[in-house]
Amino acid sequence: MQDERGALKRPLGLRLWLSGSWLTLLFFAALFAPLIAPKDPLMQDLFLGRMPPFWESGAEPGFWLGTDSLGRDVLSRIVYGARLTLIVAFVAGVLTCIIGATLGLIAGYYRGWADRIISRFVDIWMAFPPILFAILLIAVLGPGLFSIIIAIIIIDWTRFARVIRAEAMSQGAMDYVASAQVAGRTKLDTMLSEILPNVLPTIIALLTLEMGIGVIVEAILSFVNLSISTDSPTWGGMISEGRTSIHQAWWVLVFPLITLFLTVLSFSQLGEGLKDRFDPVLR
Amino acid sequence: MTAYLSIRNLTVTLTGGTPILRNVSLDVVAGQVHGLVGESGAGKSMIGKAVLGTLPRALTISTGEIWLDGVNILTLKPSQRRQRIGAIAALIPQDPLTALNPSKRIGPQITRRLVDILGWSKQVATARALELLAEVQIPDPVRVMRTYPHELSGGMRQRILIASAFAAEPKLIIADEPTTALDVTVQKQILRLISDMQTRHSTALLFVTHDLGVVSKVCDTLSVLYAGKVVEDARMHRFFMRPIHPYSAALLAATPTYTDPTGSLTPVSPKVIKAVEQEIQEHDMRARQ
Repeated sequence: MQDERGALKRPLGLRLWLSGSWLTLLFFAALFAPLIAPKDPLMQDLFLGRMPPFWESGAEPGFWLGTDSLGRDVLSRIVYGARLTLIVAFVAGVLTCIIGATLGLIAGYYRGWADRIISRFVDIWMAFPPILFAILLIAVLGPGLFSIIIAIIIIDWTRFARVIRAEAMSQGAMDYVASAQVAGRTKLDTMLSEILPNVLPTIIALLTLEMGIGVIVEAILSFVNLSISTDSPTWGGMISEGRTSIHQAWWVLVFPLITLFLTVLSFSQLGEGLKDRFDPVLR
Repeated sequence: MTAYLSIRNLTVTLTGGTPILRNVSLDVVAGQVHGLVGESGAGKSMIGKAVLGTLPRALTISTGEIWLDGVNILTLKPSQRRQRIGAIAALIPQDPLTALNPSKRIGPQITRRLVDILGWSKQVATARALELLAEVQIPDPVRVMRTYPHELSGGMRQRILIASAFAAEPKLIIADEPTTALDVTVQKQILRLISDMQTRHSTALLFVTHDLGVVSKVCDTLSVLYAGKVVEDARMHRFFMRPIHPYSAALLAATPTYTDPTGSLTPVSPKVIKAVEQEIQEHDMRARQ
């Protein structure tokens, strides 16, 4: 019987493969950065400034993707930058998800005054321009990893709260929820064991999307120099620095940009792919 | 014969005071089937929901008593009421497509009640669930226990819901239009199944429907509801022989017959409607005084 079901399972799909591979690669690069990075990402050598990537003439051996204006190795900086990016993506993504989804579930299933309070908060929150809000927050909290994570949670929990609230509401109107209540189960039990499994595919899709957004927000904050201290390499910081020398050394800007793009795209594609796999009807 | 479920003067209102149920009284005797008929919007389902405690939040019970097994459940604390209902009552819902949790396999959805309500072990509950699935004539119950709801047809799902409703041996089952969402060929089987199960388990059954044909097949007694008011309360035979209330008579006359397939349908005449509405208005006036 199990075999029959197993045979019906769809193959992983190109989308899931590509996005998963890229993120796995990035994860290992971040984890083993000291072993992988060919150079010290902070080592400056003004004589080696603005060296082009390996396929162009005048490239310096060992500096695969060239160097920036201070002679620091671009590849090594991207590899080290992945550490901060992934920490922010995972920690901020998961915390935002837990907070937002919990509030959304409560608002959507319990309704009543809990819903009124949470929904009003969401409405007020969404009236703030998010990036300005984040910048303001960092200015108050002071730059640093912790501040970035807090800023992402604070500006983005509403995304989860809104979507999960709507999902929980529509699931709550289903007869199976009424049946659970007739069977004498408590509201909390019903919410966790009946509603939650059915909104889980949406939560997972949103979570990976949120990780992508975390990457972007971190990059934006680095770009305006409000991320962590300037001596740790960040993708946003590299893009910001590369911007000033775009005509002399395009690679300083373009490589971190491509990495950023691929990472955000992979997160969102991973989410879509996983959502399909978690959905019992599509599975 | 004492009533197992006895509703006395139940009035349910919408926030703002519009009555949805007006002074409803009815009795369901143990081991018997009580039909509840009326047009859509008459408040049939709301009676069932009021008993089971699943009324939509916009509705409140303003007056009345609901006696279930000798206890007025409306006087109980919400948590006690929930436990009591869970232990002795069950629901066969209207729409089998939304009444099973789509993300869980069938097996756990049936056994959960047994484990929760009767405190059985998983193994015993599983054995009982298999028995029940066989009882509702599901082929290959072992396989079905492992499937997800979307893999089964509507008829199959309704059978599972019936099995699940009878699982914990409830004393009262409320069937809320259990055949409406199914096509006609399956309806008859499901109806017979519910009827058989009810007889075998000697459960009190409140059968909500708009189909008088269905009522005539399964019920012992019935109430006719119009705009939230019981206009007639009768035993089956008497009702079909000579309905007393003009609305009941008109409703009965509106039922299509197989003997004259070419004949046109008789709608409930506006005169009858006007008379009933008048009656309800008078009732509301009295209620306000």
